[in-house]
Amino acid sequence: MHSVLSAAGVEAQSIQSHWWLMFWVTLVVTLVVLGGLGLAVARGLRAGAIGRSDRGLVTGISLAIAVTVVILFGLLIDSVITSRVLASQRAPGALEIEIMAQQWWWSVEYQHPEPEQRVRTANELHIPVGRPVSIKLLANDVIHSFWVPALNGKLDAIPGHESTLWIRAEHPGVYRGQCAEYCGAQHAHMAIVVVAESPEEFEKWIQAQRQTAHQPASDPERRGLQLVQQSACVMCHTIRGTAAGGRMGPDLTHLASRSTIGAGILPRTPDHLEEWIRDPQRIKPGNRMPALALPDRDRAAIVAYLEQLR
Amino acid sequence: MSATIVAREITADHIAAEQQQLARTWAQPRGLIGFLSDVDPKRIGMRFIVTALVFFALGGVLAGLMRIQLAVPENHFLGPDLYNQVFTMHGTTMMFLFAVPVMEGLGLYFTPLMVGARTMALPRLAAFGYWMFLAGGIFLYVSFFLNIGPDNGWFSYVPLAGPEFAPGKRADTWAQLITFTEVASLVGAIVTIVTVFKFRRPGMTLDRLPVFVWAQLVTSFMIIFAMPAVMVASTALILDRLVGTHFFNQAQGGDPILFQHLFWFFGHPEVYLIFLPAQGLMSTLIQAFSSRPVVGYVGLVVALVATAFMAFGLWVHHMFAVGLPAIGTSFFTAASMMIAIPSGIQIFSWIATIWSGRVRLEPPMLFALGYFVIFILGGMTGLMVASVPLDLQVHDTYFVVAHLHYVLIGGAVFPLFGALYYWFPKFTGRMPGRGLGVASFWLLFAGFNLTFFPMHVLGLHGMPRRVYTYLPDMGWNTLNLAASSGAVLMALAVIVMIVNVIQSLRSGAVAPDNPWHASTLEWATSSPPPPYNFYPEPVIDSRDPLWNDPADLPIVIGVRADRREVLITRLLDAQPDHRYHSPDPSIWPFVTALTTTAMLIGSIFTPWAVVWGSIPPAIALIAWFWPRPSMLNDETHPPENARPELSAATGPP
Repeated sequence: MHSVLSAAGVEAQSIQSHWWLMFWVTLVVTLVVLGGLGLAVARGLRAGAIGRSDRGLVTGISLAIAVTVVILFGLLIDSVITSRVLASQRAPGALEIEIMAQQWWWSVEYQHPEPEQRVRTANELHIPVGRPVSIKLLANDVIHSFWVPALNGKLDAIPGHESTLWIRAEHPGVYRGQCAEYCGAQHAHMAIVVVAESPEEFEKWIQAQRQTAHQPASDPERRGLQLVQQSACVMCHTIRGTAAGGRMGPDLTHLASRSTIGAGILPRTPDHLEEWIRDPQRIKPGNRMPALALPDRDRAAIVAYLEQLR
Repeated sequence: MSATIVAREITADHIAAEQQQLARTWAQPRGLIGFLSDVDPKRIGMRFIVTALVFFALGGVLAGLMRIQLAVPENHFLGPDLYNQVFTMHGTTMMFLFAVPVMEGLGLYFTPLMVGARTMALPRLAAFGYWMFLAGGIFLYVSFFLNIGPDNGWFSYVPLAGPEFAPGKRADTWAQLITFTEVASLVGAIVTIVTVFKFRRPGMTLDRLPVFVWAQLVTSFMIIFAMPAVMVASTALILDRLVGTHFFNQAQGGDPILFQHLFWFFGHPEVYLIFLPAQGLMSTLIQAFSSRPVVGYVGLVVALVATAFMAFGLWVHHMFAVGLPAIGTSFFTAASMMIAIPSGIQIFSWIATIWSGRVRLEPPMLFALGYFVIFILGGMTGLMVASVPLDLQVHDTYFVVAHLHYVLIGGAVFPLFGALYYWFPKFTGRMPGRGLGVASFWLLFAGFNLTFFPMHVLGLHGMPRRVYTYLPDMGWNTLNLAASSGAVLMALAVIVMIVNVIQSLRSGAVAPDNPWHASTLEWATSSPPPPYNFYPEPVIDSRDPLWNDPADLPIVIGVRADRREVLITRLLDAQPDHRYHSPDPSIWPFVTALTTTAMLIGSIFTPWAVVWGSIPPAIALIAWFWPRPSMLNDETHPPENARPELSAATGPP
């Protein structure tokens, strides 16, 4: 689910093959050299006289170096071939996603020629299996690095720079990723979830994401919406279709469609959501969300509202 | 020999009288002022080694704290803020305050002895270097305890360490520590180069230089070329932070990637500043405990020089994930893999030496053999991270943590401990305990592998570096616990070593001059060596003088014993050139270091400290270089530029 050695994407699979080649070659080399050392020590321990001439030994060293050079050249060729495979995955017709990495979460935007068709979400992306996806990586504070091991190697998101990572999932599944470049206090809790699904399911998902926020149906939910709109929540979060339009924090329009909160720190359940809103600083010290002093009843209403944002 | 050789009778009485005179001339000055004024390379070297080992212990304690924190998921032992300081302090300590200085200390101690000189060149500069190093280390740890210890990693990338995202003084502490270590390393490098070039005993041509001295020489040149890059990086960083320049601010046309290029242009060679002296140590140990000259001397020296050149062409392999153009990164893959060739030459030469020698499995040799196992594994993972596609997967994960510890602990710390054990009799005059030596080796070897081998797997399974905790359902729990328990064994190994040192100092057997029957000149004098190192001084006739040189070689005469005088030889052929009055002990290097420290620390708080703070060091330097009457030749002795003689007569053996 998050291992280099259980590759589920085209790119990661070719790197995995390269890994196994290197693994076996270096394993054999290590065993041969250490075996040679063992023989040498055994011989040296028994030796009566000391060899005085270096000539035969120097020839042996030269031969070993020649073999080393051949092996290195082979590994180098495989490395370059793998790099070319990775570079050849760029294709027209790719799904375009832009990710803005920031301390300590990921803002995700699905690109579309028509601005109102763009979808914004956070810390979780869905991609269709078999279709190339280009991820444009940006950062607005410090350097981060986007890395989903099962799909591809990592790429840095650097302020003032723009870089593009290509992925293509081969199998449906949920793949976890995490920021790989040290980015401050909560570097440890900056995860991202990639859900690879069939093109039909993906289409269903993105259509749902394009909708504005679900309207509250029950009283507590309505009260929750009212509280959200009256409180500081709106300063940082967007819930499309409501007065909440802040851009500092994750877009919450379809929060209840996501599996985690706090950039992967907790599974999204009503209890965890309640706990998070009560004191985000206890769960993820240093993150940008302050604790709001709310009566328990109000917090429960907000959770009820957020939980129906499918 | 082009030098004049004169026949002269030298009696045992004459030698004894001369040795007494030399002992008075070169004696360590007394008292606290004397302690601070000392310019003896052996004591300066020993201070470097002991101080660096103290920092090693502190860095080890920090590592232990990290392993406690990571032993179980979601641990609350250290919070994120403290953990980030701790891992930064660990890396900074081990790289800047332990690994480089300890190698420099061995170099200062043994380079003069191994080239057969009475002292080193520029000894006051070396003393100044030590005081700067000590001040930098104390400054870093005091800052840490005042809660302004750096917390942006030992690499201190911008913009995380820039003015916007690192308010407070933490990043300044890091940048200024770099200044201290730069100064200490640079002066050490200059001292070593001049010593090797001009202070060699007559007859020690460059092709007879011990491999360890070659390694120190090559390392010194690397320091001179690598340090300016990090000097630019840390100075530009501190200017960005303190006076509002924009070197790395992309909003104003600066570039954060520039910092990475500058840092790694230094940072990669930095690894070899640690590794090359250790390669020299390996050659020394393998030769001594295989009882034969090392096979392929020329190849070993060429390998050192080649590694040094290549080390400057690899820095981008720390930056593959930045997203640089593919053609450029492929070049750096090739360059990084190529460095396996000189490493291979050395490893194969040592195996050939063992093969054709008579091996003694004393503890230093065990550490040398431990090097092979660990360093070769680290070298193999080095090939993997050199490959761009594979590096993109494992970069900044625990795989790299495993790799770098296999390379640095296997490649440098094992040979270092072997060498400290090997030279212990020379340092102290006592033999180290064998049983505890063997025990500490096995504890360290087992503990090291238990700690760091699982990290390869953790990295492949997606665990990034520099995380203060991890979630329980990631599948990383068992391996992290294994790694943490290995750390306990490593700590035990260090405790056993300390016990061994204390016990050996108190009740170890008295060491003869050459207990291991080694071949190099440091074993030609008493254990520990007298302050003047050698008397009498026979010329050198082979690469392994203690094994091969005949007893009736000419000895150097005419170098005065009533003042600190040394023989200067020519660079290539080591023929006598002139005599030189080596500087006497002086308090001024210490005062200069103290005032420079005040200026550097003050500059963190106000730029004006650079202006006003430079006045006291300037005064101290004037005092330091004030001409002494003894610098003028007196008439009772031949002028310094009169060439010294070699005497064909030899003293009693």
